[in-house]
Amino acid sequence: MAILRNKLRPFRAARNLGLAGFVVLAACLGFGQTTNSCVDCHAALPDPLGVSQEKFSQDIHAQEGLTCTSCHGGDPTSDDPDKAMSRRAGWKGKIDRRQIPQLCGTCHSDPAYIRQFNPSLRTDQLGQYRTSVHGKRFAAGDMKVAVCTDCHSVHDIRAPRDSRSTVNPVNVANTCAHCHSDAAYMKGYSIPTDQFAKYSMSVHHEALAVRGDLSAPTCSTCHGNHGAAPPGVDKVQNVCSNCHTFQAQMYERSSHKKAFEAASLPGCVVCHSNHGIRHPDDARLGTGPDALCMRCHTPGDVCDQARAGLLSSLTQLEEAIKSADQVLGVAESSGMEVSEPRLGQDQARDSLTKARVTVHSFRTDLIDQDIQAGLKITAANLKAGREAMVERNHRRVGLGMSLIAIGIVLVGLRLYIRKIES
Amino acid sequence: MFSTIRHWLDERFDWDGLMAPLRHKTVPSHRLSYWYFLGGITLFLFGIQVVTGILLLLYYRPGANEAFESVQYIMTRVRFGWLIRSIHSWSANLMIFTAFAHMFSVLLLKAYRKPRELTWVSGVILLFLVMGFGFSGYLLPWNTLAFFATKVGTEITGQVPILGKPMMIFLRGGEEVTGATLTRFFGFHVAVLPGLATVLLLLHLLLVQRLGISVPPKLEVQWTANPSAKREMRFFPNFLLREMMAWYVALGVLGALAAVFPWNLGVKADPFVSAPAGIKPEWYFLFMFQTLKLIPSRVWFIDGEVLGVLAFGLVGWLWVLLPFFESDQPSRMKGWITGLSVLALAYVAGMSVYGHLAK
Repeated sequence: MAILRNKLRPFRAARNLGLAGFVVLAACLGFGQTTNSCVDCHAALPDPLGVSQEKFSQDIHAQEGLTCTSCHGGDPTSDDPDKAMSRRAGWKGKIDRRQIPQLCGTCHSDPAYIRQFNPSLRTDQLGQYRTSVHGKRFAAGDMKVAVCTDCHSVHDIRAPRDSRSTVNPVNVANTCAHCHSDAAYMKGYSIPTDQFAKYSMSVHHEALAVRGDLSAPTCSTCHGNHGAAPPGVDKVQNVCSNCHTFQAQMYERSSHKKAFEAASLPGCVVCHSNHGIRHPDDARLGTGPDALCMRCHTPGDVCDQARAGLLSSLTQLEEAIKSADQVLGVAESSGMEVSEPRLGQDQARDSLTKARVTVHSFRTDLIDQDIQAGLKITAANLKAGREAMVERNHRRVGLGMSLIAIGIVLVGLRLYIRKIES
Repeated sequence: MFSTIRHWLDERFDWDGLMAPLRHKTVPSHRLSYWYFLGGITLFLFGIQVVTGILLLLYYRPGANEAFESVQYIMTRVRFGWLIRSIHSWSANLMIFTAFAHMFSVLLLKAYRKPRELTWVSGVILLFLVMGFGFSGYLLPWNTLAFFATKVGTEITGQVPILGKPMMIFLRGGEEVTGATLTRFFGFHVAVLPGLATVLLLLHLLLVQRLGISVPPKLEVQWTANPSAKREMRFFPNFLLREMMAWYVALGVLGALAAVFPWNLGVKADPFVSAPAGIKPEWYFLFMFQTLKLIPSRVWFIDGEVLGVLAFGLVGWLWVLLPFFESDQPSRMKGWITGLSVLALAYVAGMSVYGHLAK
């Protein structure tokens, strides 16, 4: 027993040490724990005063260590509501809507403060906001226009990169539509309320929401977020050139630029519209219901003739590409090696795309260069496809002849075997 | 003219004496004699592989930057290059198929029995070599499917305890599948494997020639009891002419497959793209691949894949030594190896079909 007791001694020592450690750790945790009487009470309150710990923990500010007092003041360590929400403790109560931009700006306009959390975060939001329509109307006393919390939400503000954030690119249009699609709310502003409905059918919405292309534009891409327009653009109507660079360069040098400016027409929007931009196709150059040119031009005039020539050239190249694709497809499915002309077809498609971009120059000579380049490539590919088909047929004829020869040899062998065995 | 040449040869090399074994060689003639053609067809396809392989070597360039382009050149620019390459690829697959069929026919006709144990051993090792030809040759066009199939295949080799990692690095020529792997596989495909295969093939043919062709046990008993019932045909020319008919049929099938379904070249391998979804090995490795997929990730304390690789290694060795497990006693001969063969055939076929259909 004595031996056993001696052997157990180290284990007992370890157990006692562990118990002591646990007591110290529990004491530290207990004494170190801070109470937040704000959330304790507000978690039990109904909206708009209700803020649960779960909701607030999602907020980027809470995650960075800020608390209720950072905005509202007061003393969250006191369980007594009178003390916790006393003016002596700096309690501000519900933030007056007129104070919101300034309150947010207290930190977000302070580069030294913001740098502690995110050195890449801009600090010009408040200044930009003051240049925007929202900011100007707000300064003039219109309390219906958007302030920071209308777009970013209040107690569960998430970083814009978070897909659940109200200002994540995927959600921005819905956030804006919250006010801008509400005809009753927007009454008195004399601006349309169908922007969101139109945008929802646009090629940009499809790219962003359906295909998940986060580089596709949403409201703030063209209209700016805090300011009146995106950086580097004087007017919203000029914003298209930020992405559609080549089209803009062509248009800048075109005769239409001068004509539109003279008529005070807003550039790209004249043909493509603004919110409901649909996928452009060659029918826009036609004379059907989707035709654009004939809205301004007279049938039979020089421009109409140029339009018809352009449409014909584009259609010719598109048809040539389809024909070559079809022949190459059949050749490929027959097992012919046509990967080179297949690759060449991509070049032809690039030429067609380039020609469609060059349409924005409204110069038939430039467009014709692209069309001819594409037609030349397509003709070579079509020739390669047809040669592959001829080769395929030769192979099959050769196979047939070989099989006949093999059949004759087999019959000959069989007859010979019969002869020597008889 | 032929008799003059023959006389000339006979005068100098005793041609008639050399050809005597061929003249005296006989082949048993019974209702299952057709199975004897499979070995000859496999040999014929091996010959086609050698000839078309040499022709491909005239233009093929091993190397990550040249291999795909050189095969593309063969397929599109070289006169009848498409035919040579397609026949090489189809013939490889048919050869593996006929080699498997030959092996199972030998098993079911019990041709592996004493005294032909070594014929079996050399044949099974030849089958493994042929699969090695398939694995190494598959990478040579350096297309996407081949690249990733080799990556997966060599990774499986890496699962073997202790020796696996060094073996994988040896096969790949480094940690990853690169141009070094391609040149290494090219070396295996055109030098190492052909050398080994030629030696084993000669041994296999020598043993067949020396020991003669086996007769199914039941027939052997009948023929021993009643020698007048024994039926045989001369190897030369009777059996050889029939065998030639089989070769011509194989040639016709090969030509038809090559002309109607030319072997696809695919897309050039790009190590930086992700593997195509649902990538699978060639059909002759599919039963092993599917089995490894079905084994749980852990079986007791052993990694599932390691267990699978070890099990296949063990089964491979046992398969090579299979004839030595059968008793010499006639009363105990019946049964278990035939049952095992049928089970193995059903397993290989079933798992291959399952692997082909599985996503």
